[in-house]
Amino acid sequence: MRKPLTILGLLIAAALSGCGFGGGGGSGELTIYSGRDQDLIAPLLERYAEQEGVDVKVRYGSTPELAATINEEGDASPADVYLSQDAGALGSLQSEGRLERLPAEMLERVDRRFRSPQGDWVGISARARIVAYDKRRLKKSDLPRSVLGLSASRWKGKVGWAPTNASFEGFVTAMRKTEGEAGAERWLRAMKAGDTQAYENNIAIRDAVAKGEIEVGLINHYYVAEARAEEGPDYPVGVFEPPGGDPGALVNVAGAGVVTGSDHEGRAREFISFLLSAQAQRYFADRTKEYPLAAGVRPERGLVPLRSIEQPDVDLSDLADLQGTIDLLERTGVL
Amino acid sequence: MLAAGLAIGAAAALPVAYLAITVGGSLDEAIDTLWRERTVRLVLRSVGLAGAVTVGSLALALPLAWLTARTDLPARRAWTVLTLLPLVIPSYIGAYLIVSALGPRGLVQDALEGPFGVERLPSIYGFSGALLTLVLFTYPLALLTVRAALGRLDPQLEEAARGMGRSGWGVYRSVILPQLAPAIGASALLVSLYALHDFGAVSILRFDSFTRVIYTAYGTGSRTAAAALASLLVIVMLAVVWLEGRTRRRRAYHRSAPGSARPVTIVALGRWRWPAVGLCASVVLLALVLPVGVLVYWSMQSVAGSPDWAAIGAGAGNSLIAAGMAAAVAAICALPVALLSVRFPGSAAALVERASYSGYALPGVVVALALVFFGTRVVPVLYQSLAMLVFAWVVLFLPQAIGSTRASLLQVSPRVEEAARSMGRSPLNVLRTVTAPLAASGVLAGAALVFLTAVKELPAALILAPIGFDTLSTEIWRATSVGFFERGAVPSLVLLVVSALPLYLLTARGQ
Repeated sequence: MRKPLTILGLLIAAALSGCGFGGGGGSGELTIYSGRDQDLIAPLLERYAEQEGVDVKVRYGSTPELAATINEEGDASPADVYLSQDAGALGSLQSEGRLERLPAEMLERVDRRFRSPQGDWVGISARARIVAYDKRRLKKSDLPRSVLGLSASRWKGKVGWAPTNASFEGFVTAMRKTEGEAGAERWLRAMKAGDTQAYENNIAIRDAVAKGEIEVGLINHYYVAEARAEEGPDYPVGVFEPPGGDPGALVNVAGAGVVTGSDHEGRAREFISFLLSAQAQRYFADRTKEYPLAAGVRPERGLVPLRSIEQPDVDLSDLADLQGTIDLLERTGVL
Repeated sequence: MLAAGLAIGAAAALPVAYLAITVGGSLDEAIDTLWRERTVRLVLRSVGLAGAVTVGSLALALPLAWLTARTDLPARRAWTVLTLLPLVIPSYIGAYLIVSALGPRGLVQDALEGPFGVERLPSIYGFSGALLTLVLFTYPLALLTVRAALGRLDPQLEEAARGMGRSGWGVYRSVILPQLAPAIGASALLVSLYALHDFGAVSILRFDSFTRVIYTAYGTGSRTAAAALASLLVIVMLAVVWLEGRTRRRRAYHRSAPGSARPVTIVALGRWRWPAVGLCASVVLLALVLPVGVLVYWSMQSVAGSPDWAAIGAGAGNSLIAAGMAAAVAAICALPVALLSVRFPGSAAALVERASYSGYALPGVVVALALVFFGTRVVPVLYQSLAMLVFAWVVLFLPQAIGSTRASLLQVSPRVEEAARSMGRSPLNVLRTVTAPLAASGVLAGAALVFLTAVKELPAALILAPIGFDTLSTEIWRATSVGFFERGAVPSLVLLVVSALPLYLLTARGQ
């Protein structure tokens, strides 16, 4: 028994000595909690660290879990900046008072639809919900003007969705706002009765449309943009943005905020400013095929311009009401 | 002893304290959350799943334990390791593999569509899928504990029974099974609580259990609702622990008389040899070969895209260090708790033991957030250090060490300890030189269990590890969270190998 104890003691000593990052204060430090994927965001963060000579520390995790972590940490949070995959989590931090107000000139670099009305967070890049369709079998004009029309018998068994996917749930939340609880419930029940095919995620839906398994899929725009960039213009999946403020054309954002109690508030703001700069915005346009939101950067060629998508009348912070959506999806048997 | 036990119990009860503080902060909202018809359904569904998983796991573990520990099963050593190995497959990977095999448009349906025109299989989602997945990946928890106990049974009792003319089955039923009762009880407790807190399987298989609802509540920022539901889960856990305590009767499980331990007798299987091999093989095929096969297939596709070997190597090193430390600390902490409950049963011991189970019944995210809450307020220096992560894992998995340590301690006769005491040794000295070595196999089995579970743990690793401290599980998560299961395959296989080593050493030692 003595030997393991000795080894353990040594291990603990080693562990403790390895974690000597003292309580901040040092020049040029920035701690980011990132709900955005490492593969996707790390190159950009490295570029920032190099250009500004800042020691950037990043904790990666899922968007909601990191938001919950910041909530529990309270004022002692080591995080200076929170990067989120969707507006809902930013909205929930805002309502807990965990985000600092951002300066007006920073907010104004982004269209008011894509930032917090209270000014606590700002959108960095946008992703649009779209209707993906099989170009070999359908013309754009064959599609209903609204996703609500997909419950018609013409589309029975031919539509795919991903009920467990966060962006699908965001779309349903938006529908609850635009069509009311009863309207959303009626549509979900009709779609369920219409044998809508459930998939694991957006990529599986896109590939099912490409293979001709289904004719129509409800997904985010960049999945199709990525495949088209790889497969060329003959890629058989087309994209339709329902007009007239339809929930099926919801534009959600990935965004950022400065965490309350940050020791490096100035630098945190500078960093968000960097994310809104031309080079970072270009990075999102090229690399993730999302819509850039600032600095006049154009989106990837072939995407419908953001201003011609008619965003439904929804405050993005309200997408935090996920629980109501989950309840509804369960009640209708979709989940 | 009592002081050490109380300190450990208090540490393990931190998550409960956190829940009490959070719920107490806005009691009305918490009561609002719980006072719904849906809550009752949730409890019933979760308890139903946990119960079914426990029965299923024991039904697999008991015959496998006996076959691999006490019979002349061909290639027994290999089967021992192989039947335990599914333990290293994280439930979120297992569930994903089950879906890709049995789900809509999965491998099985694909294979059946050609010749038989099967367009749709019965849905794998929901109760049946969650049950299947959890049984396949938790039965080794029971197997490890029961097997360790089987190896330590006093052969004299069996010989006496046989001498009185009992048949093989009669001996099994009347002598072995009752002697195994503490190990079976401990396994049932471990498996049922595991099923209650698991998130991976229920989320992928869309079974609406406690954990899934707690996760969504946190995801939407309603921490009071999440804490209220988690508190209810603690109450369910207490009921399960109490139930297990009731089934433990005050009985003697140690050797009947003093004397040195003899190797256990080995039963000849005769014409049952090959059916027995068939049973082992089919379990291994379903729970190990199929998942690993898919992983290997994906790995080969991913190796073509040259994975980041340096990162995977670093992840493996980090996983080994952190999980190894958690295993050692948990094994040491388990000893006083188990000793208290075996040698000095009473209300204090019961309290400590029950408290130590609270972390285990809670979803990882709740325990991690509880430690975030206390860590930032009480020990900011240690917050998000390796020590914090190790502590979290000990809180989460301590019961695994306690269960198997306790089962082995029950088999140490107090008379041996008394003899040592009477020769003037101090209690601590007796513990170190007499009790601990005699219970060593159980203590080691407990440490191995903690290692195996910690190495694949995810939420606490993501939230509490030092920034930049990537483990294998966080690397797998990073790949799979963006839908690249192929890229998660290589780290998953490395995870398997890292876990297989201690498992192998352990079973080899046990022979």
